[in-house]
Amino acid sequence: MNSHEIIEEVIHTPVRLHILSVKVENKPGVLMRIAGLFTRRGFNIYSLSVAPSELGARFSRVTIVVDAESAPLEQIVGQLNKLINVVEISDLSPKDAVERELLIATVPTHVDVRTPLLDIIATANAAIIDVDSSAVTIMLAGTPSACDDLERELEAFANVELYRTGRVALPRLGTPA
Amino acid sequence: MQLTGAQALIKSLEQAGVDVMFGYPGGAILPTYDALLDSSIRHVLVRHEQGGGHMAEGFALATGKPGVLMITSGPGATNAITPIADAYLDSVPLVVITGQVSTSVMGTDAFQEAPIIGITAGIVKHSYLVQSADEIPRVVAAAFYIATTGRPGPVLIDFPKNVSLETMEWYWPSSVEELDLPGYQPEVALDMDAVAAAAELINQAERPILYVGGGTIKSDASKELMAFAERTGMPVVTTLQARGAFPDSHEQHLGMPGMHGTYTAVTAIQQSDLLISLGARFDDRVTGKVSTFAPHAKIIHVDIDPVEFNKIKKVNVAIQSNVATALSALDKTGTKPKNLEVWWKQLNAWREEFPLFYEAQEEGSPLRPQMVIEAINKSSKPGTIVSTDVGQHQMYASQFWKFEEPRTWLSSGGAGTMGFGLPAAMGAKVGAPDTTVWAIVGDGGVVMTIQELLAASAAGINIKVCILNNEFLGMVYQWQQLVYDGRLSHVALPSPDFVKIAEGMHCVGIKATTEAEMHAAIKQANEINDRPVVIDFRTDARENVWPMVHAGASNDDIIVHPSQRGN
Ligand SMILES: Cc1ncc(C[n+]2csc(CCOP(=O)(O)OP(=O)(O)O)c2C)c(N)n1
Ligand SMILES: [Mg+2]
Repeated sequence: MNSHEIIEEVIHTPVRLHILSVKVENKPGVLMRIAGLFTRRGFNIYSLSVAPSELGARFSRVTIVVDAESAPLEQIVGQLNKLINVVEISDLSPKDAVERELLIATVPTHVDVRTPLLDIIATANAAIIDVDSSAVTIMLAGTPSACDDLERELEAFANVELYRTGRVALPRLGTPA
Repeated sequence: MQLTGAQALIKSLEQAGVDVMFGYPGGAILPTYDALLDSSIRHVLVRHEQGGGHMAEGFALATGKPGVLMITSGPGATNAITPIADAYLDSVPLVVITGQVSTSVMGTDAFQEAPIIGITAGIVKHSYLVQSADEIPRVVAAAFYIATTGRPGPVLIDFPKNVSLETMEWYWPSSVEELDLPGYQPEVALDMDAVAAAAELINQAERPILYVGGGTIKSDASKELMAFAERTGMPVVTTLQARGAFPDSHEQHLGMPGMHGTYTAVTAIQQSDLLISLGARFDDRVTGKVSTFAPHAKIIHVDIDPVEFNKIKKVNVAIQSNVATALSALDKTGTKPKNLEVWWKQLNAWREEFPLFYEAQEEGSPLRPQMVIEAINKSSKPGTIVSTDVGQHQMYASQFWKFEEPRTWLSSGGAGTMGFGLPAAMGAKVGAPDTTVWAIVGDGGVVMTIQELLAASAAGINIKVCILNNEFLGMVYQWQQLVYDGRLSHVALPSPDFVKIAEGMHCVGIKATTEAEMHAAIKQANEINDRPVVIDFRTDARENVWPMVHAGASNDDIIVHPSQRGN
């Protein structure tokens, strides 16, 4: 399987995804340790995003979406917790979380594709963020499934360059911790 | 006070309580070796970094204090990977300091550069790259704190040369808060509900077993174990990592469980209705086929590392605690099985029928390895420390040496590292200079680190080495006989002249072929205390380790000694 096929399969297989929101110390090597741990236990990482957070320069938040079927979640969380640089982990199941993801894509704009493309942009609530005579770059910040939908729509166009950031998530308000 | 980074590192080690370390110098760590000259810390110059790492492990296992290894970058660091992995798997507290190339050239394939932090990421408890000299005291203090608290393990400090040359204003962290470890909580408060639930299970048990693992020794819980076991009357088994945690001479001790455990220990677990795991981790060498392991047992699992709970076996009660604290709390509840008479009757019947056994020595045959171990054991004072290598001799030593005290048995369990035995014995001897230390090793494994005999004679580390020389990779030979239809693939080892090797390394070398020579050699070795002694015992290659549970087989299918079968 090439990577595109793998992504296809993951997207279209109903996997039991879990979102781990991990507060880590901003230290060199943190990501290496986290990634190494997942590799070692054969855990599939579905997406991963790292960014500074409200926690200030000392800490970052890593949002890891895992396929919890590939190994017991209790083990993943336990092993992560043992990493000295990991401060706190919240395990959010998708139904208890609000998740968002960013998709950007550059689509070549020959005359004959402009109308359908504009339709798709409008329906998806996406935005045009860059444009020149031969292509547009569009952006969608939305739920993972909205991004999935847009990605599928764009499959009809040739030579699309597309990136997704992976999810970030917070507990849904009113969810008991 | 202004210090260089190198001086600050050495001073930090002193502040952390280090009085002895093992090491080997080289380019990137030279400034630190220069600073070491002005320190009171004793440094043992090893002959290979792997040997040095095992010495640090042996020191830690025998004393309970962290072992320290200091080596150079690149090949120095990569040579130490095996003992680091070994310490990780057996939860041995180590602090390993590796020199590193200067930060300005890191990542450029500079001379003797190895990305040791990345290489060791999966086999350390934690690691630090020191980025400025100001960090040194905090990093060193944190490294010792992490290595020795919670579940112990190896911590690596990668120390770039330019940082060792910087200057810093000296300080020493005065509290754990200053170590800056927001994500590290080694102990949690004891869950008294879990203790109560465990006590209730014990009250109801009819066939309980205390399954004692290495955590019992790591948390110095032998006293608590004795009190609890004697008050409740429950039988005890000690794993390979826990030999000595409970005296072998004690009536309630059934011996070691697992692949080469006693029939009674293995079978008792299979038949038990309550397994009380004390700092053990359900290793596959103990469980055999997991799905058929202790099928009737409820499980109480005491461990300081919560990741161990439900990892292999689903537990009924998990108590996250060091073993000593948990045992005292359990003891205070007064919990006790109502009546163990039927159980003990059964256990005693098994003990009677299937004791550990070997055939008596035959005139003119090579020595029985089990007999050699018993002979050394009988000639040794209580408290003598035994370190082993990996193979058949390791199992014979565990089975036939009678251990009475914790920290008198050192063996590579999790990793099964050949080459461990001899240097680990040296480390133990450095930590316990007034105690006799025997290394019981095979002819295969001993040559993996035999160069350390030179370090031993040079530094006056007067260990005694018992080579059980069967001229085979015996344990592999055993598997090839039993599992591979006798097809022997690369297991014969024509013997070197171990006497000459010993003498060439300024040790006493003795060869023993007959029973009389065996006794004479042991006597002679016991009389020599000013030099390391190596005895080449020529043993019988036909001997195999029994009982045995084949890898992946059920513990119910334990195979006893040939003479005990079939009736
Ligand atoms: C570094 C390493 N390599 C290979 C092995 C596999 N192995 C386990 S026991 C053994 C044979 C050991 O032979 P010897 O040291 O002579 O001991 P014996 O079994 O004969 O007592 C081998 C090769 C190992 N455990 N460690
Ligand atoms: Mg051998």
